Amino acid sequence: MSETTMPPARNRTAGALDRLLRRKLAVLGMAIVAIMVAAAVFAPLIAPYPPAEQLFDGLTLEGAPLPPGGAYLFGTDLLGRDLFSRLLYGARTSLVIGLVANGIALAIGTLIGVTAGFAGGWAGAVLMRLTDLMMAFPALLLAICLAAIFTPSLWIVALVIALVNWVQTARVTYTETSALVAREFIAAERTLGAGPGRILFLHILPHLLPTVIVWGTLGISTTVLLEATLSYLGVGVQPPTPSWGNIIFENQTYFQSAPWLVFIPGAAIVALALAFNLIGNALRDVLDPTQRGRG
Amino acid sequence: MIAYLLRRLIQSGMILLGVSFVTFLLLYVLPADPVRQIAGRSATAQTVENIRQQLGLDQPFLVQYGRYLGHLAQGDLGRSYLQKTEVAALIGARLPASLLLMAGGIACELAIGLTLGVIAALRKGRALDHGLMLGSFAVISAPQFVVGLLLLYVFAVRLDWFPVGGYGSFAHLVLPALTLGILGSGWYAQMMRSSMIEVLRADFIRTARAKGLGRLRVVLRHALPNAILPIIAMIGIDIGIFMGGLVVVESVFGWPGMGQLTWQAIQRVDIPIIMGVTLVSATAIVLGNLLADLIAPMIDPRIRLR
Repeated sequence: MSETTMPPARNRTAGALDRLLRRKLAVLGMAIVAIMVAAAVFAPLIAPYPPAEQLFDGLTLEGAPLPPGGAYLFGTDLLGRDLFSRLLYGARTSLVIGLVANGIALAIGTLIGVTAGFAGGWAGAVLMRLTDLMMAFPALLLAICLAAIFTPSLWIVALVIALVNWVQTARVTYTETSALVAREFIAAERTLGAGPGRILFLHILPHLLPTVIVWGTLGISTTVLLEATLSYLGVGVQPPTPSWGNIIFENQTYFQSAPWLVFIPGAAIVALALAFNLIGNALRDVLDPTQRGRG
Repeated sequence: MIAYLLRRLIQSGMILLGVSFVTFLLLYVLPADPVRQIAGRSATAQTVENIRQQLGLDQPFLVQYGRYLGHLAQGDLGRSYLQKTEVAALIGARLPASLLLMAGGIACELAIGLTLGVIAALRKGRALDHGLMLGSFAVISAPQFVVGLLLLYVFAVRLDWFPVGGYGSFAHLVLPALTLGILGSGWYAQMMRSSMIEVLRADFIRTARAKGLGRLRVVLRHALPNAILPIIAMIGIDIGIFMGGLVVVESVFGWPGMGQLTWQAIQRVDIPIIMGVTLVSATAIVLGNLLADLIAPMIDPRIRLR
């Protein structure tokens, strides 16, 4: 009986990969991610020049950056550094922040959401009011403010992004957990004498897994965009560490005559964020047909 | 209804009080010293101490916060540390430009998003539908500064159709409003598509067609109004997303609104302005959400107020 209404979490997740691979957009997303990861991991091998080196012939005689083509695939930046090499190393920054910041945000969000939903009562109420409070903050404003006041290192930027990004996960996991807690099979488990630990780890968390996977994937996209925006404003990852956002920040004064310095890194940011959005959205359709919309 | 409204207003007030407390606390504990900013680098320790006392920044945290709340209750947001002007006056001077930009942004996202959503729904499963949906994902994945710089480059620098930046005429508004609205247009296109597909499946649409009404008339007169309704309430939620976007869009286009004011204040640790802007934004977000919740049941009677 319960098989038809709520199949065990394992069955829902198994075979998901097959269904995922049948979606063209998801495959496109995964291909982009694979390329970006390869670029980041093998950056030292692929990069034709050291990313921070101001090349001897990297500027024209008038001191202008070189356009794409010729000796430099994507041209050079205002300081005569090879843009392609900087982009490869920048992929490391984006992916590290994407994974770390989003991992922390996911952990905080799930912890708060599950605790609030499972514990209920006043503890749950306090946690959810905290979430409401965070919802009222303009997230980008808060992140800019925090990042500007600290001197941002890579890890501080990741932490700041995590601190403003856990709210959605908390709300979604809270809704799911409190719905699960009210279901009959949980009540049945309780009657059979299962303790809270057993219920939490054996029944609640496995059912939350699809939701966490979906939000975790979509969250990487949000994180990548937030890092790019902070770095573009000059309060994110600081030069000389290359990040796609701070490459644009460093070169934007000159962008009317050297547009490639803005639009090639810009395209990289869009591609990476798009890839995770496509995968996340396909995962949502495959794993979790009830959670659609804007969230 | 009145009881619900009252309860929600009290709740919103509590949330705003919480926002003010958290922001004040953050700015108090963070390692940036506003007094140093005011006094300048060459100031003596004595000058720094004097300024600190004048501003009351030597007082304990709760005293400072209590005083801030006291002023706030009288509608006083304090004075800017560096500009020596009332924060309320500074925000008031910048607000119209930002509101204009937001209105333009909402107009753009609705016009683009809803139109493309309807087209995608009518062409469901075809190449055009897939293309539009991929496009909507790309738009959602594009940071606003990249979109802004791209529009600036193509339409202002290359084609010279619009001014590169500034404020004052309708032509100045087009590119910033488009930049602000284009992100949301992706969301609206996706929501409108699913809403429209759902409505087109409904029995009353089949009845209308069976009566012999033309396809265009059925879509425009019967399906569209029903499909749009659930989406209207989302505009309230957009306000919150826009508040952050303003900082970026205004800095790309040199638009003299609240975003620029905020950005300068953050760089100079001008705490009264940061507090003021955060509170104004939070109020806009909370009211926007309240509005969305109030409108939803008027549109769809199946949604009840709790």
